[in-house]
Amino acid sequence: MACREHRLVFKNIDVRGYTRDIACYQKHGGYGILKKGLAIGGPAIRDEVKKSQLRGRGGAGFPTGTKWSFIDPTKTTKPIYLICNADESEPGTFKDRQIIYKDPHQLLEGMILSCFANGVKLAYLYIRCEFTEGWKIMEKALEEARTAGFLGKNILSSGYDLEIYVHRGAGAYICGEETGLIESLEGKRAYPRIKPPYFPAVLGLYMCPTIVNNVETLCNVKHIVEMGGEAYAKIGRPNNTGTRLLCVSGDVVRPGYYEFPVGALTLGQLINDVCGGIRNGNRLKAVIPGGSSAKVLKAGEVYKIKEKGLDGKMMEKEVGLEDLRLDFDTLAAAGSMAGSGGVIVMDHTRDMVECLANISAFYAHESCGQCTPCREGVLWLKKILGRIAVGHGREDDPALLKEVADRIAGRTICAFGEAAAWPVQSFITKFKAEFSARIARNGSASRRDTISLLH
Amino acid sequence: MSTTLEVGTENCAGPETGEITPALEKQATELIARYPVSARSAVMPLLHLWQETFGYIGPRGVEWIAAKLSLQEIQVLELVTFYPWFRQRPYGKFHFRVCRTLPCALGGAGKTFAALQKLMRLKPGTHEGAMVSADGRFSLEYSECLASCGTAPVVLCNDHFHEKVDEKKATELVGGCS
Repeated sequence: MACREHRLVFKNIDVRGYTRDIACYQKHGGYGILKKGLAIGGPAIRDEVKKSQLRGRGGAGFPTGTKWSFIDPTKTTKPIYLICNADESEPGTFKDRQIIYKDPHQLLEGMILSCFANGVKLAYLYIRCEFTEGWKIMEKALEEARTAGFLGKNILSSGYDLEIYVHRGAGAYICGEETGLIESLEGKRAYPRIKPPYFPAVLGLYMCPTIVNNVETLCNVKHIVEMGGEAYAKIGRPNNTGTRLLCVSGDVVRPGYYEFPVGALTLGQLINDVCGGIRNGNRLKAVIPGGSSAKVLKAGEVYKIKEKGLDGKMMEKEVGLEDLRLDFDTLAAAGSMAGSGGVIVMDHTRDMVECLANISAFYAHESCGQCTPCREGVLWLKKILGRIAVGHGREDDPALLKEVADRIAGRTICAFGEAAAWPVQSFITKFKAEFSARIARNGSASRRDTISLLH
Repeated sequence: MSTTLEVGTENCAGPETGEITPALEKQATELIARYPVSARSAVMPLLHLWQETFGYIGPRGVEWIAAKLSLQEIQVLELVTFYPWFRQRPYGKFHFRVCRTLPCALGGAGKTFAALQKLMRLKPGTHEGAMVSADGRFSLEYSECLASCGTAPVVLCNDHFHEKVDEKKATELVGGCS
C-alpha cells in the first residue's frame, strides 16, 4: 500500500525496549551526529539545512535555512540566542509531546547542533507547564547530557561552550507566538511585539538576535546533518521536503500520531487507510487539516489547484477533498493550511454550530488582550455563537459573526487575529444552511449535545 | 482496576503561611542563576516554585518574589493575573483539570466533567475559575487544549496526566484519591 509510514523523527518512538535515558539513546547511535556536526563546522551545517529546504514545523512553514541566514554569527557583536518552542498548544496537535516524553535526547542533539551552527552560547527550552512530567524529563535529559560532556564548557573538546535551560510557561496559548514567547521569557506578560522587525533574528531575546524553532524542526536538523541536505530534500516533494508528523484526532477509528514524507499521501488516505475511517460507521462531514486555526474543509468540496505538470507548465486541475495532498502548498491552495499538522475530523452527526462555538470559546479564552479588535471581537464571537447554540440565535447572527470576524483579521499585531477569525469565516460560509436551520428551530434547539461541546 | 492517586509534588491547597526554608531559598537562587542576562526572567520560575510549595500565590508570594528580583510588586502580580496556570486562592487537595477544547469535546469531555462534578459534589461557584468542594478535598475546572488530542478526553489531576477518561475511569480516579 502506498501509505507506509516513513519514521525519521519518530524512529524510536514507541519501539519496545526503547527508553528515554541517555544510555539507551547512545546505544542507538545517539550524539554520534553531534560529533559529526562539530567536525564539519557551523557554516557547513547551515549550508546543509539550507539545501534541505526544511520548512518550520510549528505552523507557519517558514524555511528554516532562511530564518537562520538572517543572522551571521561572524558579524554580529551581540550574543545570539536560540529558543526551542515547546509550547505545543494548538488544538489538535500532540506531536512534540511524543518527542519530549519518549525521546528527549533526540531533541537535545538537534538543539545543540542548531546552537553550534549559529554560534549560540545560551539557549532556552520554552515548554508549556501543562507538560507536568515533560519539563522534569527535559531537566533530567539536560543533566545527563551535561554529565556526558555534550553540554557546558568545551563540548567534546571542540572549544565550543553551550548552556541550555528549561523555562516553563504558565498556560497561555499566546506564548507559542515567537515574540510573545520572548516577552514571556523576559519575565513579562506574553504580549506579542509590534512588527517590524518581522523576525527576532533582528531584535529578539534581550534585544539580541534570536532564533526560535519548533521541537520537530530542531529534531529534523539532526537528521539533515546525518544524511546531508540534498538527500533530505529527496524525501517528500519539491518545496515540501522531509517528513511530517501528523496528529489525527476526532471521529476516526484510530486517532494518533503518524509520520509520512510531506505530501506522500492524501487526506482521504490518511483518514480511511491510516486511521481506519470514520468511527461508528458514520460519514465524513468536515476536517480541520492543520490545527484549530486552519480553515475548515467540507466533505464533498472540490478545489481548483494550480500545479506544475510533467512538462513543467502550470496547469489547473480539480481536486476533491479526499484527494488533497497533505503538504504545505496544496493545503494552502485549497484555502486552508498545513499548520502544525493537527488534523481534526468531524463526522456527519456533529453539529457545526457547536463545534465552532467550542473553537471560538478557545480563542476568547486565549486572546492576550493587547489589540482591541481581537480582545473585544473574540468575546463577541463566543457570545453570539453561544446564544445560537442554546437556542436564542437571531436571524442576522451569521452575518454579524462574519462581520466581527472580518474586522479582527488583519487588524492585530500578531497572527492570533487571523487564527481566531479563520474558523468563523470558513464555518459560516461553508455550513451556512446549518446555522440558519439552527436559528430557525430556536427555542426547540436541542441542548442534548451541547453538554459535550460547550461549557 | 483500582488506581491510587497521590497528591504528587504539586501543592494545590495551601496554606500560603508555611515557612520559607533555606532549601526554598537555595532553589530560588539556582533558578535565578539560569538567567545571567536579566533576573526579571526568573519571575515565572519563581511563581511556579512558590505556587507548588504554598499552593497559591497571595500577597506574601508576590512580595517575596519582587524583593528577590528587585522588581515592583505589580511586575510580579501582572503575571499572576495574566497566566491562567497561576492562582490567587487555594484549590482542593486534588485539583482536576479537564480539557474542553474541540478534540476532547468530540471525545466526550463534557460527560467526564459532569461525572467528576457529581462525584465531587461540586456546585458552580460564584466566581471565575475552579469549583472547590466544601471540605477542600477536591477542585475542578475546565482547561484549554492539553496537547493529547489522540487520547481524548484527557484530565490532569495535580501533576498526574490521565488519558481516555470516560465516566467509568473518572469514577475510578476520584475513588482512588487518598
